[in-house]
Amino acid sequence: MSRSIWRHGLGALAASGVLLGSAACSGGSGGDSDPDATAGACEPAKDGEKVTLTFTSWVPGMQETVDLWNSQNPDIQVDYKEVVGGNDGTYQSYSNQIKAGKTPDIGMVEFDNLPTFRLQDGLANVGSCEPVVEAKDEYVDWAISQTSFGEQDAVYGIPMDIGPMALYYRKDLFDKAGIPVPATWDEYYEAAKKIKAEGARIGDFPTDQPAWFTAMAWQNGASWFSNDGDTWQVSLTDDKTQQVADYWQKLIDEDLVNTTPGLSDVQWQALNTGEEWSIIGAAWTTKLLESSAPDTAGKWAVAPMPQWEAGGNAAGNWGGSTAVVFKDSEHPYEAAQFATWAFGDMEALTLNNKNGGQYPATVEGQESLPALTEGLPFYGDQEVWGVFAEASAGVDPSFQWGPTMTQTYSDLADGIGRAVNGDGTLSDALQTAQEKTVESMKAQSLTVAE
Amino acid sequence: MSTAIEAAVETTPRPPGGGRARRPVRRQSLLEVLLPTGFMVLAALYFLLPLWWLVVASSRERTGSSGTGLWFDGPFRLFRNISDVLAHNDGIFVRWLANSFAYATFGALVGTLFASMAGYALAKYVFPGREAVFNIILAGVLVPATALALPLFLLASLVDATDSMWAVLLPSTVSPFGVYLCRIYAAAAVPDELLEAARLDGASEFRAFFTVSIRLMAPALVTVFLFQFVVVWNNFLLPLVMLQDNRLYPVTLGLATWNSQVTRVADIQLYVIVGALLSILPLVIAFLALQRFWRTGLSEGAVK
Repeated sequence: MSRSIWRHGLGALAASGVLLGSAACSGGSGGDSDPDATAGACEPAKDGEKVTLTFTSWVPGMQETVDLWNSQNPDIQVDYKEVVGGNDGTYQSYSNQIKAGKTPDIGMVEFDNLPTFRLQDGLANVGSCEPVVEAKDEYVDWAISQTSFGEQDAVYGIPMDIGPMALYYRKDLFDKAGIPVPATWDEYYEAAKKIKAEGARIGDFPTDQPAWFTAMAWQNGASWFSNDGDTWQVSLTDDKTQQVADYWQKLIDEDLVNTTPGLSDVQWQALNTGEEWSIIGAAWTTKLLESSAPDTAGKWAVAPMPQWEAGGNAAGNWGGSTAVVFKDSEHPYEAAQFATWAFGDMEALTLNNKNGGQYPATVEGQESLPALTEGLPFYGDQEVWGVFAEASAGVDPSFQWGPTMTQTYSDLADGIGRAVNGDGTLSDALQTAQEKTVESMKAQSLTVAE
Repeated sequence: MSTAIEAAVETTPRPPGGGRARRPVRRQSLLEVLLPTGFMVLAALYFLLPLWWLVVASSRERTGSSGTGLWFDGPFRLFRNISDVLAHNDGIFVRWLANSFAYATFGALVGTLFASMAGYALAKYVFPGREAVFNIILAGVLVPATALALPLFLLASLVDATDSMWAVLLPSTVSPFGVYLCRIYAAAAVPDELLEAARLDGASEFRAFFTVSIRLMAPALVTVFLFQFVVVWNNFLLPLVMLQDNRLYPVTLGLATWNSQVTRVADIQLYVIVGALLSILPLVIAFLALQRFWRTGLSEGAVK
């Protein structure tokens, strides 16, 4: 849990990037300060100095939040740019910009990709910045703790939003068929059998969403990555994950769930026509379901995720992102000030929720955001947000991401895609992803325990 | 079939200026007609089907919920959807289309000029290292654009040109394939005697090129222009790497930003589909209008 592991990784990256060295050095925009200064001091700009920050993200409607800030803070203006999704290309751009020293001040990085950028030494530690010190306690603890990498008082990203999960189900159909809402995974299996007998399916096992499967394992207390300071442990095939894989394999083999791409036209259509009776989704799925299955308005309800142990309250987390301050930013203080406002202030959170469907990462936001305290007609006037607030409290804070998640996800998705077509099993998919991950971490000169 | 191929070879068009040989009249059996025709029809269907789906999907009220079939169901909303897309985000889509047009037109025009000059010089002037230069340019055809994106970005950031139109425009003017095609074509289509005559009449090398040679090379130039236009229009990686300001985005990158928002705002999925349809229209028009030149140009280069 020390910093050495990151230094080690950095050296490896620097070695592999020799060709780019000269450009990276001359392109630096650090200005007058020495490289280590950003790690310690986080000072505001001098009085009267006007600061302009650049901020990129792919949250729909974020411009409106930025406009509100700009109108209230004439001395700290934010220049916002909307970019493509991280895995669609922006992460690659960030990596290039880090090499060239041309990053924006603030960027958007999903939780699972934070370690990648930490390893590239691209992120500023804003843990000592006054605005962060003040706001730190307001965030859900497992969300803020994911941004520290175990370093004392470190914060490498301000949580923007999170995706605690729950079970969305067709209340009318469950009631009519006399099937109780499953509280455990055993009950989910039983319900799935009954629903199949009715000629429908309980839901979908998304074939193209490795992050969804990860969230399933996370709920069961899986621990995929850990490090003890020098050495990484990779265990995608631990008992907890294995249990989850075997469970879904059983449902797939018995044809109790559909196996179509998640959040796709096919799935929405199945949900809209009553062909599927439920979906295990995140908080941000609420609005998506509402607009994608309009013919079923008023017939839905939300319940906590089924549990592995009866009476538990464990939940998975699917998605969620952070606002990072890049290391080359000349104004980490103001950047942190903006980020803690944009993802902590009630007015800003309201806009983010309205335009971008973001579910806040602050406790206050979850509990008292006006939009999150009312009943939703689509869900039979149920106050669904309370379910997600509870789910958020049940997310295992010890789960850690690996430093090569893009690769891990891609290998996992490949394996899952094969498994649902009868070529191998989910268990095989995990085994392959495990091997490929270890391989790719070693290729980055990281020490990995066998 | 073998006689048919021989007949085709016999009728291969001669270099510009020469007349076309008349196709020998020959009776073909029914099977000989049906088989290739049937195959071409199937191939055409295969390639047109996604396009047709795009038109149908763009006419729906919403994606997903109203079916994914290949025929119109529900109200026909294509034009309503188009106007929605054009109006979304203060009409940013129109701007993306204009940007794409600017990038592709500039890249194709300047790229064609450069390629024709380079190809002509390599074909018509003898100088030491000529083949070496040509081979190096030819090797450029083999280097994937992906591999060049990062070095180009680092170069652009050295001169502070990232996040500007120039960062996309300048690399778009380079076409190694165009140089190759122009050289092959110029070697065959521009007779040395004609250049001699031009020189004897006192024309400078530049004048000889711009008034005589470039006209003879016209079919190749159209080919290079179209080819480069399509390449720049469809380019995604270079603008992705270079640009952050979405007012500078070409339509490919713009659609990708919308597509990354579909998991948060479901309506955008329809906009992406309608936008994709709109974004291919200029290419379809360009092809239909310039098809004739495109075909001749390609085959001329291929045969020589």
